[in-house]
Amino acid sequence: MARTINYREAISEALAQEMDRDQRVVVMGEDNAGGAGAPGSDDAWGGVMGVTKGLYDRFPGRVLDTPITESAFVGAAIGAATRGLRPVAELMFIDFLGVCFDQIYNQAAKFRYMFGGEAVTPVVIRTMYGAGLRAAAQHSQALYPIFTHIPGLKVAVPSNPYDAKGLMTAAIRDDDPVIFCEHKAMYEVTGEVPEDAYALPLGEAEVVRDGDDVTVVAIGRMVSVAEQAADQLAGDGISCEVVDPRTISPLDTDTILESVEHTGRLVVVDEATPRCNLATDISATVAKEGFGALRAPIEMVTAPHTPVPFSDALEDLYVPDAQRVANAVKATVGYERSGA
Amino acid sequence: MSGIRPVVMPKWGLSMTHGKITEWLVEVGDRVSDGQDLAEIETDKIAGTLESNQDGVLRAIVAEAGRDAPVSGTIAILAEADTPEDEITAAVAEAREQLESGEVAAESGPVVEAVEVGGRRISSAVLGDGTEPVVLVHGYGGDKNSWLFVQEPLSARASVHAIDLPGHGESVKDVGDGALTGLAEVVLGYLDARGLGSAHLVGHSLGGAVVAQAAATDPGRVSSLTLVAPAGFTTEINAGFLRGMAEAGSRRELKPHVAQLFADPEQVTRRLLDDLLKFKRLDGVTDCLRTLQGTLLDADDHQAVDTPALLAKAEVPTAVLWGAADQVLPVPQQHSPQVVDGAGHMLHMERPNEVVQAVLAHLPG
Amino acid sequence: MTDTMPQQRATAALERSALVQAYRTMRTIRAFEDRVHDEFATGDIPGFVHLYAGEEASATGVCMHLDDRDAIASTHRGHGHCIAKGVDPRTMMAEIFGRATGTCKGKGGSMHIADLSKGMLGANGIVGGGPPLICGTALAAKQAGDGGVGVAFFGDGASNQGTTLEAMNLASVWNLPALFVAENNGYAEATAAGWSVAADNIADRAAGFGMPGVIVDGFDFFAVHEAAGEAIARAREGGGPTLLEVKFTRYYGHFEGDGQAYRADEVAEAKRSTDCLLRFREHVTATGRVPESELDDVDAAVTALIDESVTQARQAPKPAADQLTTDVYVSY
Repeated sequence: MARTINYREAISEALAQEMDRDQRVVVMGEDNAGGAGAPGSDDAWGGVMGVTKGLYDRFPGRVLDTPITESAFVGAAIGAATRGLRPVAELMFIDFLGVCFDQIYNQAAKFRYMFGGEAVTPVVIRTMYGAGLRAAAQHSQALYPIFTHIPGLKVAVPSNPYDAKGLMTAAIRDDDPVIFCEHKAMYEVTGEVPEDAYALPLGEAEVVRDGDDVTVVAIGRMVSVAEQAADQLAGDGISCEVVDPRTISPLDTDTILESVEHTGRLVVVDEATPRCNLATDISATVAKEGFGALRAPIEMVTAPHTPVPFSDALEDLYVPDAQRVANAVKATVGYERSGA
Repeated sequence: MSGIRPVVMPKWGLSMTHGKITEWLVEVGDRVSDGQDLAEIETDKIAGTLESNQDGVLRAIVAEAGRDAPVSGTIAILAEADTPEDEITAAVAEAREQLESGEVAAESGPVVEAVEVGGRRISSAVLGDGTEPVVLVHGYGGDKNSWLFVQEPLSARASVHAIDLPGHGESVKDVGDGALTGLAEVVLGYLDARGLGSAHLVGHSLGGAVVAQAAATDPGRVSSLTLVAPAGFTTEINAGFLRGMAEAGSRRELKPHVAQLFADPEQVTRRLLDDLLKFKRLDGVTDCLRTLQGTLLDADDHQAVDTPALLAKAEVPTAVLWGAADQVLPVPQQHSPQVVDGAGHMLHMERPNEVVQAVLAHLPG
Repeated sequence: MTDTMPQQRATAALERSALVQAYRTMRTIRAFEDRVHDEFATGDIPGFVHLYAGEEASATGVCMHLDDRDAIASTHRGHGHCIAKGVDPRTMMAEIFGRATGTCKGKGGSMHIADLSKGMLGANGIVGGGPPLICGTALAAKQAGDGGVGVAFFGDGASNQGTTLEAMNLASVWNLPALFVAENNGYAEATAAGWSVAADNIADRAAGFGMPGVIVDGFDFFAVHEAAGEAIARAREGGGPTLLEVKFTRYYGHFEGDGQAYRADEVAEAKRSTDCLLRFREHVTATGRVPESELDDVDAAVTALIDESVTQARQAPKPAADQLTTDVYVSY
């Protein structure tokens, strides 16, 4: 039965269904239950945004609160994964990757290769990313490009509740380390989600909207921004094909290239800062492999090369919006090569 | 006494909230009869043809071609040739105002409910409160929504139950060993769960063989059979289709197989593929489909079921219909099915009126 | 707080076969490292090696208490821990030479030799990389309820790493079956432990992390064996983690090629008087526990094994080009 639930509930449901199905799945993180050692209730928080609420009572001994000690517990999740558990560790904010990054990129990501193919490290690290909530510079970044860069890691960035449940289920079932990126401003976004358990393939993009004039590839929350722009542009007679990669490592370049073959134009919308982000990565791939199909230069709509500002007046300028996407689309549509 | 009868946007399926009229097939002034095609209507899920459920003269069109209207909204006015013009004009104005304001009395669609059959959850959609019960059983990879063009017209004369077989739709995703007898037990068990002594059974494809088996198992419970392109009538079967449906892992892979279901491949909408893919991705579904292949196919990829033998055992009034362009189950040379032009394997979606008429012919009165 | 166990008690607890096994392990490590030192000097070994010679009693004394339920993590100076945990020296030598027959198919090298089937989570190029991982293996053992433990070997340098300190705190907070073995060989690269560790002893930190801290003479196999045995037994029974500080010296430089200008001549002194193999041999033969001849046989067998390892390694093929892009993911 498909019914309407929100992004938070979808992720929570995936966790609960997988913990039910597989005893090896354990959850750990700061306040993933909440109230450890405190006189009030256990499961006081269920995670800072409530994603893990209710799991503590339902699965005794499998939801572990931690001190503020990311390198130790993220490392523990990774070490436990090599010994048969399937941990889901929470790195509360992606901005905190600095304090535990070695365990992720030098240990988990490299075990299989360094050890000659024997290691299996089925760990999931879920983390919040993204701007828009006035959380300021150290709590608002979109650092998924850094994880994408590392061979040995997989990275999922769901844009809606249906994908969030399916990708979390897939991430837990996957035998490689997966970084699962949840946009902090999306937890209340609703959508149709089946009650039954299901897994989506990692590495499959979704063509969210069919179109003919331009391909708009958007990451995470930017998918809904791209959809808004597409609605607006339809009124101007421009038909946008919106592509949501869903996972950025592995990246479904086939679907993106197929779309650009059809439309001849590409706009990439990426909330991450512009140097070495997914926009540059996807643009370079298409420029190389889809060169013949392109009728205009590729446009990228990203944040500026700055930290995230605090003041709402500035943060609203920081995050790509529908108008900027529409402008970028129009630039590709209106492009005429001079002197041709 | 004005004789004004509104033509309304139908509700096809559970999720339809509005539809777009793509083409009117009749003109103002035409005399129309019960069952005649009136308009082509498109939803985000499917396209279909609206048929008139009464006789009369088309006196006005309220929603022109290209317009959207909500389910139950009045889109045209039928009346008599001599109904005064000012009454027509008034009716049109009222209807237009309703469409503009968005206030339309919501027509309740089928009631969706799960029942326990043999300890397993079976989902059903029930419409109509007639005394005659009709149970609609879908085919391999399908679900109760595939009867969307049939359930509504039938509901005027019968209580129509569309069910999801195990492994499909919103029913439990477990078919056990997939044996035909087991599936038939589910259908008979559904009758028990609903307190129905007997019912008219309608089955499509695999569902056709299932209802035939139900009749063979317990003929006293089955008032009639209407079999739509049923499995088990020939040795030949498009085994590649069965496998492709089960194994396809993406929309791209699924599309060519689904296209084989229809005489017109344009009927395969984006939404249809999306819904099918979401269904296939639910835990347990692929295993169920693979198990059912074992029921339908023998070692040589021929049909393993013998439905005529089941019918002979059942001795129940039976109608068999087939789309002339069926690419999944070839039209049998024997057994004289009613062959319908312009339809493929999904006859009940492509030419629903033929199926509706065949079922109605079984009902008393 | 110094805590060393009397040797007599320790010796009585070990049977002859165990004593011979201990000697064999230590001798294998010593012979392996000495040979790697020689081979490295020829220029035929790629990259860096960090040799464990002198420290054998630590790996051996601890790992003799471990079995398949248990996992260990090591450091860049990992050959000794590998051998003590049962990794085949022949595949190790091949790995060090970068051959396809190596423990890691030539893709890891000296600093990343691992054998997960033996619970050896790898030598680790990141100082302090192991302790958090061991919190994980200990957690897995605790969840499995099999009595298994996790042992993190790390050096005096790593004892200052945030990851090590965090791991010790977490192991106590979660009451994990873990053992943290601080192998204090006096130097972290070229910097003295006495200078870089703010406390008098690394083990002094244990109280700060809610666990017992024990110091042992790292040249004394029996002392290590006894202290490790107590700590591991406690962990297996749910008594939580322990910090064991093992004090000794390394016979070679930080890495092969290290001129060691920062050292005095403590190595020569150690080799003469406190060497773990010398002391072990003296003790077990003097007390009549094991005849000299049996130990000589072990020496000969080990020499042959190491010779075989090098011969095989030098003859083995290097990895084929198509191995460059394999083994990154289980599936991608």
